Amino acid sequence: MARLNLNGKTLDVKVDGDTPLLWTIREQAGLTGTKYGCGVGQCGACAVHINGELQRSCSIAIKDIKPTDKIVTIEGLSPTSSTAVQKAWAAVDVPQCGYCQSGQIMAATALLAKKPKPTDADIDAAMTNICRCGTYQRIRAAVHMAADMKKA
Amino acid sequence: MTKIAQTKVSRRTVVGTSLAAGGMAIGVGAGGITTALAQKVLADAATGAEVSAWVVIAPDDTVTIRVARSEMGQGTLTGLCQLVAEELECDWKKVKAEYPTPGQNLARNRVWGDMSTGGSRGIRGSQDYVRQGGAAARQMLLQAAANRWKVPVEELTVRDSVVSHTKSNRQTTYGKLVADASKLPVPDLKTIKLKDPKDWKLIGKAGVKRLDTAGKLNGSQVYAIDVKLPGMLTATIMDAPVFGNKLKSYDEAKVKAMPGIKGVYKVGDTAVAVVADTFWQAKKGLDALNPTWDESANNKVSSESIAEILTAGLASTEGVFVGNKGGDADAGIAGAAKKITAIYGSPFWNHATMEPMNCTAKWTADKCEVWVATQNGDASLAACAEAAGLKPAQCEVYKYHLGGGFGRRGQQDYTTKAVLLAKQLPGVPVKTIWTREEDMRQGKFRPVSQCKLEAGLDAQGNITGFKMRIAGPSILASVAPSRMGPGGSDPIAFQGLIAEGPEGHLGYDIPNRTIDYAMRNLHVPVSFWRGVNANQNAVYVECFIDELAKEAGQDPLAFRRKMLAKSPKHLAILNAVADKIGWEKSPPPTGVSRGIAQFMCYGSYIAAAAEVSVSDRGKLKVHRLVMGTDPGYAVNPGQIEAQVQGSVAYGLGASFYQKITIKDGRVVEENFDTYESMRLEDFPKIETVLQASGGFWGGVGEPTICVATPAVLNAIFAATGKPVRTLPLRDLKLRA
Ligand code: FES
Ligand code: FES
Repeated sequence: MARLNLNGKTLDVKVDGDTPLLWTIREQAGLTGTKYGCGVGQCGACAVHINGELQRSCSIAIKDIKPTDKIVTIEGLSPTSSTAVQKAWAAVDVPQCGYCQSGQIMAATALLAKKPKPTDADIDAAMTNICRCGTYQRIRAAVHMAADMKKA
Repeated sequence: MTKIAQTKVSRRTVVGTSLAAGGMAIGVGAGGITTALAQKVLADAATGAEVSAWVVIAPDDTVTIRVARSEMGQGTLTGLCQLVAEELECDWKKVKAEYPTPGQNLARNRVWGDMSTGGSRGIRGSQDYVRQGGAAARQMLLQAAANRWKVPVEELTVRDSVVSHTKSNRQTTYGKLVADASKLPVPDLKTIKLKDPKDWKLIGKAGVKRLDTAGKLNGSQVYAIDVKLPGMLTATIMDAPVFGNKLKSYDEAKVKAMPGIKGVYKVGDTAVAVVADTFWQAKKGLDALNPTWDESANNKVSSESIAEILTAGLASTEGVFVGNKGGDADAGIAGAAKKITAIYGSPFWNHATMEPMNCTAKWTADKCEVWVATQNGDASLAACAEAAGLKPAQCEVYKYHLGGGFGRRGQQDYTTKAVLLAKQLPGVPVKTIWTREEDMRQGKFRPVSQCKLEAGLDAQGNITGFKMRIAGPSILASVAPSRMGPGGSDPIAFQGLIAEGPEGHLGYDIPNRTIDYAMRNLHVPVSFWRGVNANQNAVYVECFIDELAKEAGQDPLAFRRKMLAKSPKHLAILNAVADKIGWEKSPPPTGVSRGIAQFMCYGSYIAAAAEVSVSDRGKLKVHRLVMGTDPGYAVNPGQIEAQVQGSVAYGLGASFYQKITIKDGRVVEENFDTYESMRLEDFPKIETVLQASGGFWGGVGEPTICVATPAVLNAIFAATGKPVRTLPLRDLKLRA
């Protein structure tokens, strides 16, 4: 049994302590926007925020999560997709298959929280998620656009 | 937001006639619809009605367009809707898309035609009949207005779903006409006149956004892996790591005692699955299961042993098929002033779709349903029926947007396995999820190959003879033996290399030539991988052409141009990328070198020009990459640009980093740590040149992938003087 603070709500889950946060979010909390891509911390499809930090949820066991840790998933950003990152993503028409995009959006959101006006080099360093469809050029454009929107 | 709701296809009990893909009108009644659908029909009577098979309109003017092809990121869903909407003259802002199910397609005599989505055919393979479907619906709606107002239909105009009769100053909308229109007969397709391309308003328009974006921004898009059904269990599976070996043993008792485990089941002769309440429990069970397999001769196969077979194939006369022959290549080379020979090679590549393979299935004695991401709904239905031991009419397939396809989800092994498993738990929906590792081990790979190229040059640097021998496994032999050519040949081996043909031909005018293929089939399954054999064929031809240009002392662009005089479209797109990069007008910056390449495949003409630098320590940087395509007609320029960019990430990324190694008969690379993917940091800025010259329909999703790599390799060759003949680049020292 573990207690999670997920998107501002308290959730008690009955899973083994070694269960990754990813699968707890998907199967216990039923929030499927967080995706399984590799399970080994390589792809970023499973990215969430824990206490404001970007984390790959496939590589964090439930036993290492404290009830006070604030976990935010893609569903917790804005149900109407009204954050600057989501709006920029829509404006630039970033997603192709879309499967990696929850993770990309979580990564971009975390980046902009730290660096409101990222350079291309900042984007290179922070946006390490894999997109097999190759939406990278639009991701870069959308991160810049979101930064501009936030400033405005 | 566009919701794809395949269980919601509306259908009238009183449809008069409907469109068939084959171009004939056929009668359809209520026969064959399931109870659930029949009930749905009643509900739909209030909310909307089907005009033609492709179009359902609701009283509030919402237009639902049926899309038979699958959306896997390539934007086909949006493009197909544009094609229908262009002829329908409906309000684009109120367009939604819907997948008809393969079961409905079967029940309605394949009214939606071919559901397979591959070969860059999504748009070009259905553009004619979907536009006709839109036009037929428009004609019926206009006729309904004419009947109501008792005016000649010719006096009506329509724009954005609003029908007007100017003379009497009357207006109405599609939503108010649909009930009447749906009772009219569908016009004879032969009488339907499609718009002249010059009158298109929506097709080719810049800035038309995708219809399927909203759900991909907030986690609400449901993929097959996200499916939830009451009472569902989750499974994970492991098949023979040495393809085809029989399952021998596993520790069932130990695993059955683990928490959440519902059972351990054999799947076919070679695979075993663990079923549990949750994925993680199933995975832990499988990790503890310790399955073993019988051994076979395949246990001895390695990348090295495969290479030996292919190298032997380069010089063999056995199992050789000719794809393009003219004049006398041997004599041309024998009498040449200079003779050049090179051997190239390409590794196996895996698809590694972002969403690992998965499929949910529910089996009962008289019905089987699957929830799946598929590139071929019809094939999924067939696979489901066969594995279920039921008739196709007793089965149904619910299609979900794919988290990537790239050819992998054209094969239905995962559907088959999921159904074989679910059959052992009657009445229980079972979702089978492949781990990334299993997905990688059980790939359907881009075929490995080698290629020997020989040519002669005369004193003026003209090619006097050209020979190309490819050796490798055949895709058709692996996945579709029934589609093989005469004498068991595989025409796919010659993609882009044949002398003539609208799908793709070698544009170069080389009178003395022989291009042939030594088929060498292996135990490793091979299949269609984005760009298919055009990937390696373009590398072989275009990189060797640069080697010849260098031997001839000629500029690579000029060397190509003189051989393309009879291929104006090949030449035009080559010239377009050369212009854009400034090949003749401005030299590259110091330390930067250029490369160029062209090819034709999937009915489109493509070319690329690259600027790269290679540091003294051999580090490669791509500074610019100009990608040109002439697909004939461009339906959605923004999505074409996205596909061009995506093709570079996929194809050039593979050339940079990827190879699948075979050791002891099995795949070595099992995840993205060893099978690296191109990431944002490496992605060069792409400058897309879209030169849609009109008059033909070429593909978009794949073609450009084939020229990105040879353009970059040729630029490396220009930088280092050393041709690059094998991949991935990661394994090479670019400077001696
Ligand atoms: S699934 Fe977590 S990083 Fe890939
Ligand atoms: S959009 Fe398909 S993997 Fe990124």
